[in-house]
This record gives sequence, structure tokens and C-alpha cells, in this order.
Amino acid sequence: MVTRTSRFNVNGKPVQIDVEPRTNLADALRHHLKLTGTHVGCEHGVCGACTVIVDGAAVRSCLMLAAQAEGSNIITIEGLPRGQGDTLGPLAASFKKHHALQCGFCTPGILTTAHALLTEEPDADADRIRDVLSGNLCRCTGYISIIDAVLDARSAYQKQKIA
Amino acid sequence: MYANDHGEAKSIRASVDMKPPPFDYARAESVDEAVALLAKHGDEAKIIAGGQSLMPMLAFRMAEPRLLVDIGSISKLRGIEIGERGVTLGALVRWCDIERQPKLSHAHPLLVEAIKHVAHYQIRNRGTVGGSLAHADPAAEFPGIAVACEAEINVVGLNGPRTIQASEFFVDSLTTALLPDEVIVSVRLPPWRVGRCWGFDEFARRRGDFALAGVALFYDHEQGRVIDSRVAAIGIGTTPLRLTAVEQILVGHTIDLAKIRHAVTTATESVDPPGDIHAPGDYRRALIGVLLERALMKAAGLNPSEAG
Repeated sequence: MVTRTSRFNVNGKPVQIDVEPRTNLADALRHHLKLTGTHVGCEHGVCGACTVIVDGAAVRSCLMLAAQAEGSNIITIEGLPRGQGDTLGPLAASFKKHHALQCGFCTPGILTTAHALLTEEPDADADRIRDVLSGNLCRCTGYISIIDAVLDARSAYQKQKIA
Repeated sequence: MYANDHGEAKSIRASVDMKPPPFDYARAESVDEAVALLAKHGDEAKIIAGGQSLMPMLAFRMAEPRLLVDIGSISKLRGIEIGERGVTLGALVRWCDIERQPKLSHAHPLLVEAIKHVAHYQIRNRGTVGGSLAHADPAAEFPGIAVACEAEINVVGLNGPRTIQASEFFVDSLTTALLPDEVIVSVRLPPWRVGRCWGFDEFARRRGDFALAGVALFYDHEQGRVIDSRVAAIGIGTTPLRLTAVEQILVGHTIDLAKIRHAVTTATESVDPPGDIHAPGDYRRALIGVLLERALMKAAGLNPSEAG
């Protein structure tokens, strides 16, 4: 099968992959770059589990070809900011505090989505957070603890602009 | 490279099955280049921009093109122009671009309201107006707005540019009047009159999902009486539909509760929605009545608690 070379940055590092043109970004990250924190649920844009941040915008990596990522800056769950001394970052710490995950399958997509949202809108209210997270399916929590966790994490984004 | 972190010089070749069929990929740097590629490959080529409709179609293998022509980097297709001729949206304008253009809330409030219902946050960051038109899902909001507003869709093909009226653009479910070598470059919504009354409402089972049905409408009035009206519905046919019978009974009248009841009866008698796995036809018919009532109440500034 003919492959195509794509170059882009992932979590600040330049990468180059040779993949079939039909390879979506989620598969490129997981299978070719071994970044398996990005989870794949439905593979057709319904569940939100595969959300990554491309040039600052939260997108579904199953709905984007690796070839379309050429030249872009991608942040995956592995690249979200960490706390001091390599501790949990503000969102992850807040999710732990609020018990905002159970099985954890959807969590990477929710954290990347929430990080993109709070980076752009650190004052997002509960309605806005609920609206944005309507694109991420969680079948365990019922969302209440997730909304609480994201609301609680806002203070970290309001204090300092986290890139 | 991540692979190099583990001391491996070459990229890791994974052998995995993939949902999409095999295809080639070409990135067009100009509209002319895209048209040339389409002309060369005919029905076997497809345009990809945001990919938010096409990627699922590929995953389901409902579309099996041999070549994808990516127009995503043609920056001149990205602009939003607001002027005397109305609102012109470049084919690559994304839903999030519309959300972030504050002038549109005056220049085209119906567009802004309808776009709030399009898909989810992540999809809105990539989905484009050109892609929505070309995909032509009968339940999609933007095609409904294009039909309600009598939009002009500007395309370029091997024979040069042409303009297609929205009423002639949507031919059938997922089928448009675009020729195999044509690319959408922009869509123009005619000027929004000052003082125009409007309403939009839809019903979906989950926020951001495709609507089971939706209604977009507006009317202009003089001395309290409607002088011109447009009413369109989505999700109840193979294309967005104008409800001309409803438009006609509104003209010359004041929009009060009695007139709204008349409009609802006219609408439910004039539509014949098909049933499917999501809802029976009769349910959609009832829904059109409810949504039309709500949209007209909103347009007329009436209090929902007054509704019968």
C-alpha cells in the first residue's frame, strides 16, 4: 500500500510518519506514535473519546486525516500541563477530587475538551461547560461530578494562562 | 520523534485494519487546482474540507472515493463578508467562525441562532458551511437557512464560475446540483432587513444531534401587517422544504394567536414527513406544528404562556 509522509508537532515535539492516506489522526497517534492515551470509541464522530487539541481547537481525531494535520501543533492527553513536581495538572487533580470518572475510558477526551475550553474561556459557567461537554459521551458518571470538577478547575486557568 | 525516544531510528509501522476504504489524497493549493483534479478523476474524486460529514461517510463506507482533494489550505475561501449585498460566507468558514463574528448578530440573527444548534463543540471547530451544503443532509440546519433565505451558492467548475439558487441546489437526500468537477467557493445570504421578525426552533433527542425536525422563518411587516414571509422546514423531507402554504396565509395579516393556530393547521396539513428509525411520520408532522408555533411566537414577541 502506498504511504504518505506527514509532519506535524505533537506535544511540542516534531514528528514524521509514513501512513496510508486513509489513516485518521487518532490511529496515527495511537498506532504509529504509540500515544495510546487518546482513546477511540465510535470512530465516526459521535462519542468524543478521541478529542485532541489541534492548533488550539478541540477536535475529534477520528474525523481528521493524519494527512490533514500536516504542519499543525497537536496536544494530546499526554501533553496537558502537569502540576509542580510532575504532579497531576489542575484538571486531572480536580477530576480526582470530585470523583469525576469511573471507568475512565471517556476521560482523556473530556480533559482535552475542558482544557481547550478553559484556556479560551476561563470564566465558562456551568451552562457553557455542559453545552461543550454534550459532545463527550460518559456512560458512568451522569456528568454532575464532571461539571463540578471542570468548574472547580477554572481558578487555575483564571490565575495563569496555561498553554 | 517519539519513536526515537526509544532508540528506534525508523518509524513504527503498525499493521491495523481501518474503517475507511483505501484512497489517495491530494492537497489543492488553489480552486483551479482542485477543479483540475476533480475534472481528471470525475466521480471517483471527492472534496474534503473539515471532513465532519465525509469522514463518518468514509468510516461507514457509504462513500468510497478513490481520491480525496483537500481544499482546507485555500485561505481565500475563509472570509466572512458583511455588506450591502448581505452576508457572504466563504466555503471554508467554520461554525466556530460564525459564533465568533459579533457583527453577524445584527447582520443575520437567524443564521446565528440556527448555527447554535449545529453539532457539538469539537465538530463546530472543523465543520464548514461549504461542506454542509455539499453533504446536503435534509435535517441539517445550514441548508435549511440557505433555502429559507433564498441563498445563492457560488461554485467554480471546468467551465468557470456559476451561481446556483438554494432552491435548485438541493436535489435529493445527500444529493445536490453540483457537477462532478465543481467546487463550492462561497454562499451569499441576501441582506437582512431592519426590523425583520424571525424565529428558529428544532427538536433533537440529544443536544447537538441531527434534528428530528426544525423550522426557520422570518417576515417583514408594515403597520403591523406581514408584507413578505419565508418559512422553511428541515428533517421532514429529502431536502429542506419551503412551506409556501404557510407563507401565503401569513401575508397581509397581523401575527396573533389566532393566526398562529391557522398557520399550525396549514403546516401540519401541507407536509407529509416520512417515518424512520428515529420517529414515525405522524410524530414529525406534529413536531412541525409545535416548532412552527414556537418560532412564530418568538418572531411576534408573544409570551409562550399565552399559547393554546
